[in-house]
Amino acid sequence: MAPPIPPPPAISLHDAVALSGRFPLLAGVDLEVAPGETVLVEGPNGAGKTSLLRVCAGLVGVSAGRVRVLGLDPNRRRTQVRRRVGLLSHASHLYDDLTVRENVRFAVRAAGADPGRIDGACARLGLTGRLLTTSASKLSAGQRRRVALAVLVARWPELWLLDEPHAGLDATARATLDQLIGEASAAGVTVVIASHEADVVGSLATRAVVITGGRVTGERTLGPPVAGRPAAAEPAGPAGDIPLPGPVAHVA
Amino acid sequence: MWRDTVLVAGKDLRIEARSRVALSQVAPFGVVALVMFAFALGPDRATMAKGAAGLFWVAVLFCTVLAVQRSVSVESVDGARDGLRLSGLDPAGLFLGKAAAVAAQLVVLEVVLGVGVTVLYGARIEAPWLILASCVLGTIGLAATGTLYGALSAGLRVKETLLPFLLLPIAIPVLLAGTRIWQAALAGGVPADGTPWLRLLVVFDAVYLALGVVVYGPIQESA
Repeated sequence: MAPPIPPPPAISLHDAVALSGRFPLLAGVDLEVAPGETVLVEGPNGAGKTSLLRVCAGLVGVSAGRVRVLGLDPNRRRTQVRRRVGLLSHASHLYDDLTVRENVRFAVRAAGADPGRIDGACARLGLTGRLLTTSASKLSAGQRRRVALAVLVARWPELWLLDEPHAGLDATARATLDQLIGEASAAGVTVVIASHEADVVGSLATRAVVITGGRVTGERTLGPPVAGRPAAAEPAGPAGDIPLPGPVAHVA
Repeated sequence: MWRDTVLVAGKDLRIEARSRVALSQVAPFGVVALVMFAFALGPDRATMAKGAAGLFWVAVLFCTVLAVQRSVSVESVDGARDGLRLSGLDPAGLFLGKAAAVAAQLVVLEVVLGVGVTVLYGARIEAPWLILASCVLGTIGLAATGTLYGALSAGLRVKETLLPFLLLPIAIPVLLAGTRIWQAALAGGVPADGTPWLRLLVVFDAVYLALGVVVYGPIQESA
């Protein structure tokens, strides 16, 4: 019997160069992330961490090199890739004139995900009661971040790209986020976290990649992720757990 | 595609229902424009009635620029445009949805401006079906071109000033056809057959709807 064909890497970049005008965002990145792996991307400001995540999300194209995300070229098959990828970026992607619930509902339906998960996801992030019907314009930066996280949790994509995910969150929301990352990782979701807070995120990741000047300049193995694993986790949030999807099926 | 169209149009119209920019700012601007035209033409109601058709469509064009700018600006706050791109929405559905929301607002504005020209300029409608047909077809054309050129200018720092510069010359066929049709439809206007101008509007709409469906995605990615 022939050995089973291993699934393709969740992310595969070979000598990837991305430009903004003439300015190099990525200057030849080589990186492979296995399905289900949780990777920390670290580096100084302007090193290319955010650009790397945007390339993986298909928001920035590469001008040279090769990129595959979930086995697909994100520049040619944008829709297919984007529906399977979630990016938590510095912006929350919210409409100020819509309520929290309307924002989450629109984002989830636009991504073709199951709207039935919206209430649970909002509750998990502490977005309950009057907050759900509050206009996004009245939210604090931390609350906006929690709404963006609720969208990610409700969508539950195969690949999570988290750019400084702890920024602006209070202690409770940080704990919830850590637990969610752990649960996602346990469910087979691939997670890439760009962060300066290596001491916080390091416990969630299995590997750290260092980016400097738009290139991968170092790599180190971290311990097995412990924080946030469902078995070891603290209660998640004000409304408790919501049922999460089963393990992610990695398809070629 | 149609699911995405309905979703995006519903979202934009919900935002408009909350902010009421079209009703509280754009419509009053259109009426003020009609009043200013009346001052410019003088007190002779016969002159005003003669110019009513053209002035109506000029006011509609100005309102279109504002409605499209609003449609673009709601996507420029808090990275909403990136959010739309990331959601994996069908670009054609996105284009049609945004155009449909702009068109719905234009219909309301045209009703307000239509009442304005009949009250202010004393224009009397003799062929309501021509008025209705020109408004429907003109609205589709303006919404399609506005949405397309709105996306084109969206990523630029000078989008507020660039959009009118791009959109107004492109919308000249709508201005011409709409004016001729209204002249034929209003009492005391220029005797003319509006049908050829309706055909022009149909062709204009078909070209820009097709163009938008095809190129909106690439424009959105490059903006």
